[in-house]
Amino acid sequence: MHQIRVFKNIRLGVKNLLLHKLRSFLTVLGLVFGVGSVIAMLAVGEGASQEALDQIRKLGSNNIIINSIKPTGQEGSSSQGRSFVLAFGLLYDDEARIRQTLPGVKRTVPVKLIRKQGILGERQMDLRLVGTSEGWFDLVRRPVLAGRTLTRRDVDDFANACVLTEFGARKLLAGGSTIGQPINIGEEVYEVVGIVRSEHGGEHVPDLQADAYIPISTFRQRYGDLEMRREAGSRSATRVELHKILVEVRDQDQVKGTAAAIESMLDLFHRGRDQRKAKDYQVHVPLALLEQAEATKRTFNIVLGSIAGISLLVGGIGIMNIMLASVTERTREIGIRRAIGARRSQIVGQFLIETTVLSTVGGLMGIALGVLFPRLVTYFAKMPTIVPLYSIVLSLGISMGVGIVFGIYPAVRASLLDPIEALRHE
Amino acid sequence: MTAETPSIPARPQTQGRTLIALEDVTKIYHVGTQMVHALAGVTVSFVEGSFWAIMGPSGSGKSTMLNILGCLDHPTAGRYVLDGYNASDLDDDERSELRLRRLGFIFQSFNLIPQLTVRENIELPLYYLGFDSHASADRAEELAEMVGLADRLEHRPMELSGGQQQRVAVARSLANDPAVLLADEPTGNLDSSTGVQIMELLTDLNARGKTIVMVTHETHIAAYAGSRLHMLDGKIDRIEQ
Repeated sequence: MHQIRVFKNIRLGVKNLLLHKLRSFLTVLGLVFGVGSVIAMLAVGEGASQEALDQIRKLGSNNIIINSIKPTGQEGSSSQGRSFVLAFGLLYDDEARIRQTLPGVKRTVPVKLIRKQGILGERQMDLRLVGTSEGWFDLVRRPVLAGRTLTRRDVDDFANACVLTEFGARKLLAGGSTIGQPINIGEEVYEVVGIVRSEHGGEHVPDLQADAYIPISTFRQRYGDLEMRREAGSRSATRVELHKILVEVRDQDQVKGTAAAIESMLDLFHRGRDQRKAKDYQVHVPLALLEQAEATKRTFNIVLGSIAGISLLVGGIGIMNIMLASVTERTREIGIRRAIGARRSQIVGQFLIETTVLSTVGGLMGIALGVLFPRLVTYFAKMPTIVPLYSIVLSLGISMGVGIVFGIYPAVRASLLDPIEALRHE
Repeated sequence: MTAETPSIPARPQTQGRTLIALEDVTKIYHVGTQMVHALAGVTVSFVEGSFWAIMGPSGSGKSTMLNILGCLDHPTAGRYVLDGYNASDLDDDERSELRLRRLGFIFQSFNLIPQLTVRENIELPLYYLGFDSHASADRAEELAEMVGLADRLEHRPMELSGGQQQRVAVARSLANDPAVLLADEPTGNLDSSTGVQIMELLTDLNARGKTIVMVTHETHIAAYAGSRLHMLDGKIDRIEQ
């Protein structure tokens, strides 16, 4: 018969709390905001990191992307009739070397780029012309929407095949059938053989929305390696053999090692002994980026967790404070209950349940706030937010825990009151 | 009280078993460095069905005696036997248990819980006894009827007069069917006519067999009791029957 009947106590606890609605609400406000803000911040962070992780994953965790970069501080220019060609970046030899000497490498894809005007029928648009091999489409993994992608034969035969992106195709054709149509790009004619889906990628994604893909052999034949630019009053020229090299590694475990090997190989051949020379390439390892993004996310979550911990501590202290006041107010009542025959443990149970109900309700309100707020953010700021389920469950559990931990002291104090003294109180 | 309640003949005070026995009970308080002998060797027994009034000037030990009888306090020395239980050396939980099952209290200032209704106040001992809500509600109604407040069950104490509140307190004290009712100045906060009402209620309960021990300083209230114990300086001064 010595039970602390939980449900009846919960009802009584709720009743007591409702007697002082404003006070109960204000007590719990700290917890509400603490829980709400943590959930909301987690949601925003999760949404952002999810987006970043998705982008990076799309690059393929088995891939390495090497870009040619223009070394800083040098400029090819001409004034008064003199011309100066700036040669930099990745070389065809680099690609061959990577493919042939590094054991983990499954495949390499060379990439040349140039901006040109594309004209199809009546319409025209600015395109990025991409000269590449058939491997590109495997590595970049965009689904084919119509026709086909480039093949080995296109490259071998110096074919004038051209693959457009969906985005480009729509702009140029507006509904008309694309496949088989001739397209004029930079004063050269190609035949459209296929359309691939284009993604709106981030900074690391190798493809752009308005790309047109042709065999690299064809590109090299028709445009060479030299690119001329005319600026106000002067002419500049750059010679770049390859703008990018995509490397597919056999095993995810070998990615980092292969990337390191590529770095040292390129360093050897591009700089050699002249360490003062500026670097004209950059190696991107999506896997490393992925790991870094996840590490950043972990750090973010730890920071968030610490803030949450502090706010919960503050909220809990607030609850304890109010419960102590409540115990003092109800000293007489405690004396009466004890006189009637309530045991100390039953008094502890009564007050502990009240405190826990209070903190749990506060937690629920905080969760409601924390779920609502990110939705507003997504609606107005168009940022993705995801509320992870674990944050809700964890918040609920912690709110209850706070109630128990911070309610124990007031509850025990209530139980230790001497009934005779308590009855004399007030 | 009402025509329906059956009348039970009053039990003769000298017959019946001993319900309460105090043997050389002493209570010493330490106030700073001084020792205060609140009770200095009290020996007395009360039989079942008796109605006792404990009287005495302030400092005589009557309140201390009531506290010990009520198991709210324990003797420093001596024995206290209540309804067969040795109540002298119990721990807090055991004393709480004894109060719950064997005792009923009536206080000068009523001591109802203001946030609870009349019904819930009466039910309080039943809650701690583990009664389910139906049995509890039924018994509360029964008791409320007995004291004439069946129509006020859902009211708050605040909405009742002093006399009504004390009647609720009496109903509550009977909820656990105690062996002894302990009353501390039950009419102290009531006007004389309401006080008479309450005393008539207690007399009626005693007539039906309830043992009552009451502390009072008013002689005309003490007159309702069958036996009177006069305390002085922590000892029994005299007993009137």
